[in-house]
Amino acid sequence: MRRTADTPELSLQSLAAAAPSQVAAAADHFFAPSAFEKRKKVKEQIAKYVFMAMALGLVVPVVGILGHILIQAWPAMSLSFLLENPRENMTAGGIWAPLVGTFFLVLLSLLAAAPVGVLAGVYLNEYARDNWFTRIINLGMVNLAGVPSIVHGLFGVGAFVAFAHMGRSMLAASCTLAVMTLPVIITSTREALASVPMPFREACWNMGASRWQTIRTIVLPNSISGILTGVILQVARAAGETAPILFTGAALLVPVPDHGFQSFFPYRLGDRCMALSMHLYTLRTQGNPDLPESIEYGTALVLIALVLVVNSVSIGLRSYLRSRKRW
Amino acid sequence: MTSVPSITAVPASSSRTLSHRVRSWLKRAWPVVKWTAGFCGEGIIRLCGWSAILFVFAIFLFVFLEAWPMLSGGMNWGEVLTSQYWLPTSRENPQYGILALLVGTLSVTLLAMLLAVPIGLGAAVYISEFCAGKPKETLKVVIELLAAIPSVVWGFVGALVMGPIIVRLTGAPVGVNLLNGGIVLALMSVPVIVSVGEDALKAVPDSYREAALSLGASKWETVYRVLFPAAKNGLLAAVLLGVGRAIGETMAVLMATGHAIQIPHSLLDPIRTLTATIAAELGEAPYREPHYCMLFVIGLVLFAVTFAVNLTADLVVKGIRSEKNR
Repeated sequence: MRRTADTPELSLQSLAAAAPSQVAAAADHFFAPSAFEKRKKVKEQIAKYVFMAMALGLVVPVVGILGHILIQAWPAMSLSFLLENPRENMTAGGIWAPLVGTFFLVLLSLLAAAPVGVLAGVYLNEYARDNWFTRIINLGMVNLAGVPSIVHGLFGVGAFVAFAHMGRSMLAASCTLAVMTLPVIITSTREALASVPMPFREACWNMGASRWQTIRTIVLPNSISGILTGVILQVARAAGETAPILFTGAALLVPVPDHGFQSFFPYRLGDRCMALSMHLYTLRTQGNPDLPESIEYGTALVLIALVLVVNSVSIGLRSYLRSRKRW
Repeated sequence: MTSVPSITAVPASSSRTLSHRVRSWLKRAWPVVKWTAGFCGEGIIRLCGWSAILFVFAIFLFVFLEAWPMLSGGMNWGEVLTSQYWLPTSRENPQYGILALLVGTLSVTLLAMLLAVPIGLGAAVYISEFCAGKPKETLKVVIELLAAIPSVVWGFVGALVMGPIIVRLTGAPVGVNLLNGGIVLALMSVPVIVSVGEDALKAVPDSYREAALSLGASKWETVYRVLFPAAKNGLLAAVLLGVGRAIGETMAVLMATGHAIQIPHSLLDPIRTLTATIAAELGEAPYREPHYCMLFVIGLVLFAVTFAVNLTADLVVKGIRSEKNR
């Protein structure tokens, strides 16, 4: 107490004698913040606003960039931009061919990655004991998620294109994407399974059910929506990747029929196909001076919108599930 | 069951005996079938569970196999690592020095980290300590969406949006350069740093915060005297994961850093990274010729570097967990 010297003397007697207003004034004086405390408060405020600026500093440029892309892409945006094929050396028309290509690439990679990923999650959460081998598997998963995407592309070239004789094809590209996105599905499946309480399983075991019966009838139905979240996340991830498919099966330009049934299934498994992400890269690096910028921006916008919408669905589903969880 | 009248033309007795035989066989074999199915099923599940590690091995193996012709001979590690001449397509004297590419990768990663680490950790602190309820959830969702934007879009933004801005502000001859790549990479690796950093701060027990506040510390003092030391391993892991992401990034640096194989002398020099070299040249490299194999050697180097970074990050995080259990 540095200020006791200049504060009015406080005793029970003087307190009783003083008027309430005087007491209040004395209390104000007594409890007033010192210079040190004031400095501390100011410092805290500054720190808070600096941190806030940092957090907002992340949001602002992104919103700015997205807004810029939206504005620049606006002239090209129409339904026919989505439904037409690229024409005249890609300087006119739309993005139907790459869009369909991305759809099938993602679908195939999902068909390959989802069963393996979900079963891997089941194994890691339900079967694996906590020993050195499981720890090594975890380590492998962390590293698989961290392998650069271009190295996945090299792996695809070595394993699928050359070793498995798939050639540069849609199949090889989807397999590469599947390997790359596997950790996403495994991790979220595992989380979903781990959130099912242990007593559920114990009750089922007590009824005489085997481990697999318990998983099939109790654990999976209770966590299916969580697993779905991870699968959706995988879709978003696979749709945006370029480097892994660059040399395993994406083509610069594939002529695709404009109308009819064939325009919905334009690629064969053994052929190369177009992809939206690859298309954006091609447009940028071709350096064609006749290319209207709005087409480039439009392609970027569709790709971003696709990924963000799929991701938002996943996030929304997750928060919905959390909010209505009953255990 | 046995006395069902048959209405088919087939003699009833023979069909009955056949189905009976099959049924009785199934009855006897059923436990075996069930056991086998269970065994196989469990085997499949086990195999899938091991898939992560199998694929890591497979990636190493296949990249290694394609790089083998170069590794086994015709390549001098000392020369490759110290020469800055990358002339793979020269007909008389092809040279495979990756020093300039290595420096390119390191410089752009360093620049990205200088930008991303303070901002990322600051944002993590803000989200974890100064923010609650709706704003917190919103910020977290925005950061998650930031992480979802594909790298080719970042490259596009760097080349087409950021490039002209940099030219106008600095008067640089080209907009796609080290600075551009650094900014783009920083924006790309920040979400990782924020989310892992926030997890690390969240993992500090609340009793630490309560103790600090009850001693009269302000929030800021709590953060930098108590939370930073307590969560330093997790924050380090966050930074390492950001580094891993930045080193391995391909499309963004391919499009935003320019295409000049040189050791940069200023922020505005165009550079080329290891990843961009693979992406730009693998398409033209003749199959299993030295150039092709050399690109796989670069891939192997990248694999090794990111493996080491991720392993360190994982061990650092494990370090915290075991400490907490003690």
